[in-house]
Amino acid sequence: MDFVANFAGILLGGLSAGTVLFIVSVGLSVTMGLMGFVNLAHGAFAMFGGYVIVLSMNRAHFGFAAALALGFVATAAISVVLERTLYRRLYRASELDQVLFTIGLIFIFIAGAIIVVGPESQTLQLPAALRGQINLGFLQYRTYSIFLIVIGFLIGFGISLAFERTRIGAQIRATVDNRRMAESLGINVDRLFTITFAFGSGMAGIGGGLGAEFLGLDPQYALKYLVYFLIAVSVGGLGSVMGVYYASLILGVLDFVLKLYLPKGGTIFIYALTILLLLWRPQGLFGKKET
Amino acid sequence: MSAAVPTAADHPGARGLVTRHRLRWWETLPWIIGLGIYFAFPDYLGFGAELLAMILFALSLDLALGYAGIVTLGHAAFFGAGAYTVGMLAFYEIWTEPITSLLLAALVAAIIGFLSGLVLLRTRGLTLLMLTLCTMALLQEAANMARAYTGGFDGLPDLAIAPVFGVFEFNPLYANTQYLYSLGVLLVCFIFVRTLIYSPFGQSLTGIRENLLRMHAIGSPVRRRLVICYTISAALAGIAGGLSAQINAFVNLSALDLDRAATVFIVLILGGYGRLYGAFVGAVAYLALEHFLAKIYPTAWQLGLGLLLVMIALFARNGILGIGEALWQRYGARRKTP
Repeated sequence: MDFVANFAGILLGGLSAGTVLFIVSVGLSVTMGLMGFVNLAHGAFAMFGGYVIVLSMNRAHFGFAAALALGFVATAAISVVLERTLYRRLYRASELDQVLFTIGLIFIFIAGAIIVVGPESQTLQLPAALRGQINLGFLQYRTYSIFLIVIGFLIGFGISLAFERTRIGAQIRATVDNRRMAESLGINVDRLFTITFAFGSGMAGIGGGLGAEFLGLDPQYALKYLVYFLIAVSVGGLGSVMGVYYASLILGVLDFVLKLYLPKGGTIFIYALTILLLLWRPQGLFGKKET
Repeated sequence: MSAAVPTAADHPGARGLVTRHRLRWWETLPWIIGLGIYFAFPDYLGFGAELLAMILFALSLDLALGYAGIVTLGHAAFFGAGAYTVGMLAFYEIWTEPITSLLLAALVAAIIGFLSGLVLLRTRGLTLLMLTLCTMALLQEAANMARAYTGGFDGLPDLAIAPVFGVFEFNPLYANTQYLYSLGVLLVCFIFVRTLIYSPFGQSLTGIRENLLRMHAIGSPVRRRLVICYTISAALAGIAGGLSAQINAFVNLSALDLDRAATVFIVLILGGYGRLYGAFVGAVAYLALEHFLAKIYPTAWQLGLGLLLVMIALFARNGILGIGEALWQRYGARRKTP
């Protein structure tokens, strides 16, 4: 019984970390799949949203839900402004320029966070209802982790349902599959991209806020976790919501287990596995093969 | 055939192609300036030696990224491999002769570059970017794990390097030897790269960057060329890393950082990639900029750098040298043609 509880504890811890990874990365996957734009600044959006959420709670005494909503709206708004004014100029540019541009954006966000908020790490004050432990019947576990897993599942389920059942979801799928054909069928890819970009960035903002409790939140956030976001997206497959969901959960659990049993450099296995997987399937686990 | 009819070789375009690898007078300028600095600023030679190592690192990236079009964010993997080769050999007093140490560093980096290039260069785009990033992260974790040998995060301090040619000693207080030694290493590597670029092999790399499909169609062994280029580039990056370890007498995990890879990327783009002298201009401009920005805004100097990168990506895709060329074509060349 002890073993089962231990095992479940590790699994839940990993799943909750993976959930945050998913919420941050899902937008990146869809926008990269749509436009093929290498957006390294996605982590910066997550950081921006995280700051909005944490600061609105700590300084303006917003409720948790209200702060999350504000974080979503603020991040989506700033991403739309950037997309309309700057990103769109580089859709047809080379990868190199896109990488350069988004690295520049990361630096601007980092410096902005240092100037406006300061270099110190911010902490998220959880509402009373989410603090403490919850009784799951067979073991006690942190309420917040369970909350994250449930929220993540609902978000993943909701987004994939929207992908399958709504008009805009069908348009996104069509564009990911074949952009030119979608355009000639009269789908306004430009507008579609703006909408998904805003939504994806907003989700990243929420993810940044939700994860601040255990990932921390400091100006280097945008660069520190970038590799993880990119691994989740490239392993899951560009433009695939469920792919990113599974990849994030696997990554979260793997990271949790390795940090527990191999605290010295256990992450080496994550990088090695990613390399092997990408060599085996360059398009990721659930990605469509490039034609 | 009458003498008035020009042959194909006399065509201005052909003449331009034939003569474009010739040494221009201004190509001696960087080296004259380099020597001039030695006499003019004796107090800044330590800084100068680091600048030279950075130029060499950017030059190695230029070969892979600027000429062959391999978009990599993991070039610090080879810099770190070279730095740790020199560092570990010196720290455990196995081998301290500087020049042969650099050759060993090049060899180790080249082996890693060859093995990783063999598999990585099958992919393109985001996958390639990810794989280069992961290779670097993998090496960094490995160096972190082998703490007993690499010193982990604290690194290997106080490396004892034997005198150059057995005569000129590295003095930590007066970096005269370090500076001239770095200048010499850079010159040798630069001549090598310049020769390589203008060789048929170098031309085929540019072809691969410009039009992959066409190079396949004319029967060019694209993959093999890319792997060879990546290996050479890795070897040069290894030399740069080894050089940096020697002049600082120190190596730690930051040699394998994403920060370092991003910095060299920025240096190259800032100067202008795919141009031999982009690395020189970029490194000088980057260090000057960093120094200047850190002075006016010490806590958030990245702001100016970030703004500059965004501007370059949007408006000046070919860096400082690209701007210079455009200006030259607009104003300088007009005077020549009546």
